[in-house]
Amino acid sequence: MTKAIISNSIRKLRFMADEMTQQELADKTGVTRQTIVAIENGKYFPSLELAFRIAHIFNISLNDVFEYNPENDKVLIKSKKTTK
Amino acid sequence: MSHQEKQSWVSIISSIVIIAAYSLYIYYNQVEGNADILNNFKFWGKSFIILIPVAIIAQIIIHIIFAIINKIITNEDMPEFSDERDKLFELKSTRITHWIFIVGFMLAMGSQAIEMQPSVMFIVLIFSGFVSGITGELVKIMYYRRGF
Repeated sequence: MTKAIISNSIRKLRFMADEMTQQELADKTGVTRQTIVAIENGKYFPSLELAFRIAHIFNISLNDVFEYNPENDKVLIKSKKTTK
Repeated sequence: MSHQEKQSWVSIISSIVIIAAYSLYIYYNQVEGNADILNNFKFWGKSFIILIPVAIIAQIIIHIIFAIINKIITNEDMPEFSDERDKLFELKSTRITHWIFIVGFMLAMGSQAIEMQPSVMFIVLIFSGFVSGITGELVKIMYYRRGF
């Protein structure tokens, strides 16, 4: 299975935070539950503001919530090809 | 189905009902037996001026009724706010709505450039407004189904 450009560990973090529900996280971050579902499933990449807010809720750094996978970034792959 | 999807379906259905009802009303009250009126600018001006507020008020009333019925059936509250994802979907659907309307507008002007009846221009304008609105809602539904 191919990884997304940005993957996240929100599901795991919610589990570790006393099995926090998606609705609870949504309420704390000021978005709808559907947005949290979309982020968890990698269907939606949040704004920087929301990403920081999520990290703040779990009291960890942004890098511990979201992981950037440059090997899946089409822009980088394309620029590498053109510079060769 | 999310609340936003339901709202979009309500908008689509209500748009169809409103435009159909208004068109029939205009046809039976003013056009039937008096086809010349279709090339009267005053008739089209009045029709547009009445249609726009009527459509807006009818949409508001239909959405309020939908919210009440939805609450009774599903006990689900309306979303109190729209977050960044909702706003993004709104922007994307609005952009598509505008593009479709612009194409319709160009076709309407084109009809006059090739010297068609003025009624063609107004019918194309109404039709493009109707189609662009429905397409915008369908695009929104697609985004909500897909997640992004």
